[in-house]
Amino acid sequence: MAAAVRIFLLVLLLLGPGGWGQAEPPRDSLREELVITPLPSGDVAATFQFRTRWDSELQREWVSHYRLFPKALGQLISKYSLRELHLSLTQGFWRTRYWGTPFLQAPSGAELWAWFQETVTDVDESWKELSNVLSGIFCASLNFIDSTNTVTPTASFKPLGLANGTDHSFLRYAVLPREVVCTENLTPWKKLLPCSSKAGLSVLLKADRLFHTSYHSQAVHIRPVCRNARCTSVSWELRQTLSVVFDAFVTGQGKKDWSLFRMFSRTLTEPCPLALESRVYVDITSYGQDNETLEVYPPPLTTYQDVILGTRKTYAVYDLLDAAVVSNSRSLNIQLKWKRPPENEAPPVPFLYAQRYVSGYGLQSGELSTLLYNTHPYRAFPVLLLDSVPWYLRLYVHTLTITSKGKENKPSERSPQPAPPPPLPLHVPQHLSSQGYIHYQPAQDRMQPHLLEMLIQLPANSITKVSIQFERALLKWTEYTPDPNHGFYVSPSVLSALVPSVVAAKPGDWEESPLFNSLFPVSDSSSYFVRLYTEPLLVSLPTPDFSMPYNVVCLTCTVVAVCYGSFYNLLTRTFQIEEPRKGGLAKRLANLVRRARGVPPL
Amino acid sequence: MGLLSDPVRRRALARLVLRLNAPLCVLSYVAGIAWFLALAFPPLTQRTYMSENAMGSTMVEEQFAAGDRARSLARDFTAHRRKSGALPVAWLERTMRSVGLEVYTQSFSRKLPFPDETHERYMVSGINVYGILRAPRAASTESLVLTVPCGPDSTNSQAVGLMLALAAHFRGQIYWAKDIIFLVTEHDLLGTEAWLEAYHDVNVTGMQSSPLQGRAGAIQAAVALELSSDVVTSLDVVVEGLNGQLPNLDLLNLFQTFCQKGGLLCTLQGKLQPQDWTSIDGPLQSVQTLLLMVLQQASGRPHGAHGLFLRYRVEALTLRGINSFRQYKYDLVAVGKALEGMFRKLNHLLERLHQSFFFYLLPALSRFVSIGLYMPAAGFLLLVLGLKALELWMQLHEAGVGPEEAGKTPGSSPPHPPTQGVGLASLVAPLLVSQAMGLALYVLPVLGQHVATQHFPVAEAEAVVLTLLAIYAAGLALPHNTHRPLPCRVVSTQAPDKGWMALKLVALIYLALQLACITLTNFSLGFLLAASMVPAAAVTKPSGPRPLYTALLVLTSPAATLLGSLFLWRELQEAPLSLAEGWQLFLAALAQGVLEHHTYGSLLFPLLALGLYPCWLLFWNVLFWK
Repeated sequence: MAAAVRIFLLVLLLLGPGGWGQAEPPRDSLREELVITPLPSGDVAATFQFRTRWDSELQREWVSHYRLFPKALGQLISKYSLRELHLSLTQGFWRTRYWGTPFLQAPSGAELWAWFQETVTDVDESWKELSNVLSGIFCASLNFIDSTNTVTPTASFKPLGLANGTDHSFLRYAVLPREVVCTENLTPWKKLLPCSSKAGLSVLLKADRLFHTSYHSQAVHIRPVCRNARCTSVSWELRQTLSVVFDAFVTGQGKKDWSLFRMFSRTLTEPCPLALESRVYVDITSYGQDNETLEVYPPPLTTYQDVILGTRKTYAVYDLLDAAVVSNSRSLNIQLKWKRPPENEAPPVPFLYAQRYVSGYGLQSGELSTLLYNTHPYRAFPVLLLDSVPWYLRLYVHTLTITSKGKENKPSERSPQPAPPPPLPLHVPQHLSSQGYIHYQPAQDRMQPHLLEMLIQLPANSITKVSIQFERALLKWTEYTPDPNHGFYVSPSVLSALVPSVVAAKPGDWEESPLFNSLFPVSDSSSYFVRLYTEPLLVSLPTPDFSMPYNVVCLTCTVVAVCYGSFYNLLTRTFQIEEPRKGGLAKRLANLVRRARGVPPL
Repeated sequence: MGLLSDPVRRRALARLVLRLNAPLCVLSYVAGIAWFLALAFPPLTQRTYMSENAMGSTMVEEQFAAGDRARSLARDFTAHRRKSGALPVAWLERTMRSVGLEVYTQSFSRKLPFPDETHERYMVSGINVYGILRAPRAASTESLVLTVPCGPDSTNSQAVGLMLALAAHFRGQIYWAKDIIFLVTEHDLLGTEAWLEAYHDVNVTGMQSSPLQGRAGAIQAAVALELSSDVVTSLDVVVEGLNGQLPNLDLLNLFQTFCQKGGLLCTLQGKLQPQDWTSIDGPLQSVQTLLLMVLQQASGRPHGAHGLFLRYRVEALTLRGINSFRQYKYDLVAVGKALEGMFRKLNHLLERLHQSFFFYLLPALSRFVSIGLYMPAAGFLLLVLGLKALELWMQLHEAGVGPEEAGKTPGSSPPHPPTQGVGLASLVAPLLVSQAMGLALYVLPVLGQHVATQHFPVAEAEAVVLTLLAIYAAGLALPHNTHRPLPCRVVSTQAPDKGWMALKLVALIYLALQLACITLTNFSLGFLLAASMVPAAAVTKPSGPRPLYTALLVLTSPAATLLGSLFLWRELQEAPLSLAEGWQLFLAALAQGVLEHHTYGSLLFPLLALGLYPCWLLFWNVLFWK
């Protein structure tokens, strides 16, 4: 009895500080969201966002109790003193020209960028360890990130979250264009979700459907955000996003009508019990003049209107926490019917898109060309272009040319009209933004890649061509990949721009707005931030025939042996018969050598 | 070297080369020709085999069945084409878009250096239409091309229909890992060249074209399709490309595999594959096929749209549907299935096609001769030049030191200045003159066409060809003793033969070098030129039966070789030429040769004009040395 009381007291003691002592325990919350966007091309994009917010100072205090926030990532933040972490794994390519501007694009393959705290002494070492740990967590080949593909951008990647200083030496950025993304990467990503794939929106995440698409991109973004409006303390935000694009032709067998079931072969039944908010948004904006190009069923209870990416959009909202939405039929299968086939109308072309290619032929030299399209009828805007090129393409920087509308467009030249104030998510020093910005860091063989960052003014309604010539280096024979004739990848260019809006956005409450609208901080209402990636490039390098070294060794040895033997013979033999005529070339050569040696000539 | 450093043995060797020179040369020449003919026989020809692992087995189930759709599309295309009189761009765009492709167009224009009489075109402008099937979950880094060249006459409409039907079928599949570009080009090869140059953003031939809006990464392989009827009796495969470039043998193997799988009748150079290799008939037939291939390859022209892709290291071949009077016919479904199979296999490729041979000769569709086996044939022919040059060198040498040796007075100082110096100085003039002739031959015909048309009642194309022939013939009438008026005349004291010997020596080495270089890149051309030019080059000298030598030399001049090749080619195709027809064809071939140099960058014309013709003139000089 006494023992039992003692144990009870002990339990009370242990529970005490946690139970009563703390006035406000660390709060965490989960919001989940699915946006279904019919694309101008007739395809359908689905974007999932799961946002876990944790009001805890992960770095200040030693935290051991994790609830919604995944422990694996939380420990990573404190161990490596991360300030921000952005990882995306993508299969396919977002075709901006046809699909419109994405909420969040990612380059094909794996992309990782991280900001470290200013307390970190050896950033490179932390970066290396971080990529190796992430490689284990996400089953991806991130361990191939090393100094030859890591760059430190000076302007393109600003912290997305709360940041005091932006000393870019604490930033690291790497892309692995070759990375193939498959279910093995999806499973660990799903495991980070509080409801895993058991309830809520995540029941739709079935690998067999998600990888049956034209584009698949999953990402993890961790950043510090303000805990309240006055920003007195910091919360940590984890966003897990997943975007897929369903192909109208392949999946729909020619029909362009969609339903959740047809896309995911599942329907929604219940919200995740841990979620504070669980919503499905369907884009029902009509592009044409007359309304109602598409019809949604069941009819939405509410709609949401806002200016998204510069245009006014209307969304049908289904709130899974609202009992009326689900309980009617016990499952929610949102259906989308086109009233008119969408191909009759020309797809609205986004204001900014880009294309990249290798020009030239042959294995000696070539040219990297990037075409930047500004289709805005009357507004010019600047674009920050980042190119990271592997060292084995030796760039000739003097050949860098930027032409728009047939005229040279120098990045360092003062633009005729004053450029707009520096875009907020771009980190361009104030004094530079008005006169252009260019930063080039040359490559070091086998050490670091080329880094080229430029602020380019795109004239209205123009195509700007950025081209730079390169020479293909000859690698050492052990440096070739196992399939060298496939070619070598060059990671995509990154375009960051503030694109002028058609409609001015009204500043809303950041915390209350839907998740797809709140990833990039908004600077002003007249423009919106876009980050685009071009396609990766495949460049073939001069590749030896790998069965050849044997032949070469044999041939060289034979030639050397024959030549050496004969010459040695000629040089050392003492000739008895004096030849009256002058000898041939060999003998003359031999005589020269003999004279040099001080031996009487032949 | 041990042999050469021993003066006694060296002299013996020299004597051997001198005494046995003529028999050795004859033997070597005969061996070369015999070796070449033997290439068609089994020990030297090998069975083809697939080297690329990714395309190894034919485990592909072809599902294409839209033959009716292909036919109706072809009919629509023909109707629209007839209505508009040009490529129905809008219809093509609409159809491709409805099939689910990203569609782009490219306009191009090109002013030919002179009017093309055979195709009746001068100022060419047209529009290429292409649609890209984007592979799901791929980032457009690699692509395959299916191209249909459309000429001014709409004979290729069935190919357009089949291509569009295939595109529709391909679009519904999910297994694509590479983008597929469906390309319809106007003005057949000119359009293809314009598209390729724009795709690679280079300008090789002075083509003016609008930049491409859509690209799909590095092109891995291309197939050009030419069909002129709804049914075909056989599919002919063409491999010879620009400047004799060939696609990787694996691409041909792939085609052959699907021919066998689908039971299609496939031909090479329009010839069926010999069935019986044991008797003499099979190899004899393959000799014909081999000779046809050698002639086609030697011409250096792109024998189909695929030929232009090869420059950009895109493995490509042309499939040509032939509808003859054979009984068994295949419809578009069979052809479509073969194409589907090929594209699915190419889709599997992890690396560029590189495993198999790039240099080969084909005596039959399933047999090939590798470079290691055919090179000796050319080697033997070039050995003749080497032996002759050696003989001349030794004769020159002996002539120079002859008096010394004869007098046996090693102590006495030689009375003459070094012999070679004089010899070389006297060679400068003939060398320069003949090179200048070559340059004139290369530049003047196109440059002077307008002058010619003003003064003579001829059209531009005729003017070019006639100027070409005139300059060619004028080369023969040049002064043949240009070595004479040189100020430093010390020749009189020398042996009289010395001058021409030195010239011939230089000419022989020059010829041998040129032929060796040509043979390495385009074996067929090198071999043909060697087989014709070597005997005359070897025997030519100013003494002896001069009319005989003259006749031989004229008959083996590059132009005569071209004429002879044309007759041989038509003979092998079982469509023999009369003399008048042959002459007309010869004139057309000359015009085409010049035109193709300017439009596609074919190298045969500059090679002949700047390299071999001057070299041949040197031998002419030797013959008329006084």
